[in-house]
Amino acid sequence: MKNKSTVLPDFPMGGIHPPERKELTEHLPIETMPDPSKIALFLKQHVGYPSEVMFSLLSELYSPEYYLEDNICKDGACALNTADKKRLAVGELIGSTKNKIGASLHSGLDGVVEGVFDTIHPVLGKSPAIIVSKNGQTSPPEFSKKDWTQYSRQELLDKIKAAGIVGLGGAGFPADIKLNVKPDIFLDTLILNGSECEPYLTCDHRVMAEYPLDIIEGAKIIMKILGITRCVIGIENNKPDAIAALEQAILKDPNKMGFDIFVQPLTVKYPHGSADQIMESITDRVRPSGKRSSSIGIIVQNVYTTKTIYDAVAFDKPFYERVVTFSGRGIARQANLLVKIGTRLADVVEYLGGTTPDLAKIVIGGPMMGVAVSSLNVPITKTTSGVLFLTREEIGEDQKYGPCIRCGFCLDACPMGLDPSNIGIFVEAGKGAECEQFGFWNDCFQCGSCAYACPAKRPLVQFIGLAGIKVEEAKKKEES
Amino acid sequence: MNASATDHIQTLERPYNSNLSVSFSPHARSSVTTERIMWTVVACLMPSLILSMFVFGIQTLVITAVSVISCVMTEAICQKLLNRPITINDGSAVITGILMAYVIPPGVSVWMPIPGAIMAIFITKIIMGGLGFNVFNPALMGRALLMASYPVAMTAGWVPPIRDLSLGRYFHAGVDAVSSATPLYVLKHYGISGLMEKYGSMSTMYFDFFFGFSPGCIGETSACVLLMGGLILLYKKYITWHIPVSVIVSTAFFTWVFGGETWFSGNPILAVLSGGVILGAFFMATDYVTSPNEKRGQLIFGAGIGALTVLIRLKGGYPEGVCYAILLMNPLVPALDQWFRPKRFSEGAL
Repeated sequence: MKNKSTVLPDFPMGGIHPPERKELTEHLPIETMPDPSKIALFLKQHVGYPSEVMFSLLSELYSPEYYLEDNICKDGACALNTADKKRLAVGELIGSTKNKIGASLHSGLDGVVEGVFDTIHPVLGKSPAIIVSKNGQTSPPEFSKKDWTQYSRQELLDKIKAAGIVGLGGAGFPADIKLNVKPDIFLDTLILNGSECEPYLTCDHRVMAEYPLDIIEGAKIIMKILGITRCVIGIENNKPDAIAALEQAILKDPNKMGFDIFVQPLTVKYPHGSADQIMESITDRVRPSGKRSSSIGIIVQNVYTTKTIYDAVAFDKPFYERVVTFSGRGIARQANLLVKIGTRLADVVEYLGGTTPDLAKIVIGGPMMGVAVSSLNVPITKTTSGVLFLTREEIGEDQKYGPCIRCGFCLDACPMGLDPSNIGIFVEAGKGAECEQFGFWNDCFQCGSCAYACPAKRPLVQFIGLAGIKVEEAKKKEES
Repeated sequence: MNASATDHIQTLERPYNSNLSVSFSPHARSSVTTERIMWTVVACLMPSLILSMFVFGIQTLVITAVSVISCVMTEAICQKLLNRPITINDGSAVITGILMAYVIPPGVSVWMPIPGAIMAIFITKIIMGGLGFNVFNPALMGRALLMASYPVAMTAGWVPPIRDLSLGRYFHAGVDAVSSATPLYVLKHYGISGLMEKYGSMSTMYFDFFFGFSPGCIGETSACVLLMGGLILLYKKYITWHIPVSVIVSTAFFTWVFGGETWFSGNPILAVLSGGVILGAFFMATDYVTSPNEKRGQLIFGAGIGALTVLIRLKGGYPEGVCYAILLMNPLVPALDQWFRPKRFSEGAL
C-alpha cells in the first residue's frame, strides 16, 4: 500500500488530462424526474444474453432464439391486443434469463405492456425492447428496511440476481456473477471505484456525497459475500465533498462488523476509473494480460453499483431506476436526475426545458468513451451514466484527419503501453491482419486517450477496433 | 397489425435534430493539432533569423525567404501534379524551408536554395509518401545535395559577423562575402592555438559562440536564441528532453575523450557551442517523422548522432558533421522502433 499522507497514488503509465467540465453538475443534488408516459426496456441491457420476456403471449411472438438468429422483429409484429395487455406494478419482473450470464428486467412504471418493438439502440443500432405505458397516477412504491446481516452468502447473491443489478460503471457485467467468485480463488481486497474519471459525468459523485452510508453498507454486503475484510474506496481528488462524506460515514459507522474500510484519494488523471489503472494505483498490483482481476486478489466494483446492491439486499428494491447526469451546454438546464430505466431522451429533454439552438452532438455516456446518437428517441439503459448535449464550441470543429506524423503522443497517452500509431498506419495500408504483433488484443479497452492526444486527429480507437476485426478474420481463414 | 403498432416508439412525433453530428468517440479532443505544432516550431525558429539579419546582414532574410517559398511551391506543384490533397497549410514545408536555409552559409547566391528545395520536398518527402512517411530529414537532404553540387559556395560563403549590431553597418553589409573561416574549420586545421589566435581568449570565445557572433551558417551560430526556442518546445511538451540532451551530452562526451591532443583533454563546451549541434539537437534530430517514438530508442538515436558528429569532425573531410550524422542515423529509426517497443502494461505483472 502506498503512503497516503505524502503523494496521491497514481498509475505510472500513460493517461491524459482532458478538461473536466464537471462544474456544470457537480453541485446539483440528485433530483427525481416525474414518470414519463412510456418507457422502452431493451431486452439486452448488459453484457451477456438478452433477457427473455416473461409473458407467455409475448414469448411466443418474440423468443430469444428468434432474436439470436438475427431475425429482426418486424414493426408491430409483437404488439399485444388490448385484451391481452398485461397490467404491471412498479418493480414487477418482466424479463429474465435462464442463461448464466444475464440479468432480470423490471418495470419502472405502474402501467401496461404494449409489446416488444425494435427501438433505436445507441450501440446496436436497433434492438428489441419491451414498451410499457403509464397507467394513470400512482403513488410511489414503499420498501421496508430489513436487517441484511442475517442473510447467508447465497441468499445475498440471490437477492442481487433478483434485482437485476449490472455493473454501472459502463461495461454492464451482471453483478451477481462478478461477485460469485469460486471459494478457492484467493481474494484480499475490495476496491470501490469512485474515481469517475470521464469529464462531465457527476452521477457517482452525487451518489457518494448523498448516500455515503448506503455505500458503506453495500461494501459490507460485498465483503461478506467475498469473505474478505479489506475495502478501499478510490476517489479522484477533485471530489473533496464525496471524500469527506464517505470518511465521515466510516467514522460514525455504529457497526463495523470487523470490516476495514477506508477512503483513498487518487490523482486526477484519465483513465483512473479503469479497473486495471485503479488496481495498480491503489495496490501496485498489475493484472496479467487476458486474466480477470480476481487473479491478483482484487474485486473492483463501482460505488453506484454498491449502493444499488445495498438497496436490493436491504430493501428488496429491484433495479429499475438510476441517477443519470444530463450535462453539456446544449441543454437548457443541467441536472443529476433519478430516472426510470427506459425513459427516452425526448421526455428528459422536455422536462429539462429543451435543447439550445447551438446543440451539435448528443453523446450517451462520457465524452471519451460515449456513443453519439442522432435521435432523441433513444431510451436510457442500465449502463447509461450520463447523456451529454454538446455544443459546437465544446466538441470543436469536425476535421478531416491527417497523416500520422509519428509524434508519439499516443504512445505517451496509452495507459496499456500499446502502439496505436503503428496500428493506425497498418490498418490504413490494408494490413490490419498483421497487427497482432502490437498486442492490443487483450489490452485495449477503448479509453480513447490515444485519439484525444493525437494532433492529426486520427480515429485511432476505431483503427484499433478494425484491426481486431481483421485479425479475427485472418484467424478464421487460417482455421478453415 | 393492430392499433398499437402505429403508436410505437419510433413514429411518435418527438423533437428531432437532423443537424446532429454523430462522429466517433472520443468526443473530446486535445487542442494540439499538427498545424499548431508546426507553426509553433516556425515561431520558435524566428529569433535566430532576426539575430542573423543583424549579425550577417539582410541577405540572410532573402535566402531564408527564397528557401521557404521554393519549398512551399515545390510541395504545392508536386501535390497538384500527383492529384494529392494540397497540404501546404500544415506548415511542414515552411519548417523544411527555414531549416534548410539555416544550415547554408549566409554568403551564397540567393538562387541556391531552389535545387535544395526540390531535393528536400520532392525527392525526400513527396515521392516517399508525403508527410509522415519520409525516411530522411528533408531539410538536411536538401543541404546534402547543395553540399555535393556546390561544394565551393557551400564551404566558402562565410560572412564575418557584425559585432556592434549598429543599423548602419547592418544595411551596408551586402553579399560581398569576405573569405572568413568558421571556428570548426580553424580548429580542424590549426588546432586550439589557431582558434585562440583568431578569436581571442577562451572567455570571449564562449561569449561569442553562445550569443552568435561567429562565422557560420545562417541560423546555427547563436546557441542562446536556439536554446530559447528549444525550451519553449520542451515547455509546450511538443518535444521531450531525450533527443536534445542525448545529442548534446554525447557530442560533449566524445569530444572530451577524443577531441584533444591527448585523451580526455578535448573541450566539450566549445564543441557544443560551435557548429550546428544546438540547432540539430533541438530542431532537426527531434523531427517526429525521422526520429524514434520510444524513449529508449530516442536516447540511442541521440547518442549515435553525437558520436557520428564527433567522428566526422575529427576524422572526416568536413569540419562539421551534424548534418551527416543525423542523416546517417535516420535510416536506423525503423530498426530502433522495432527493437524498442513501448513497455506493455501487463509486463509489470508477476
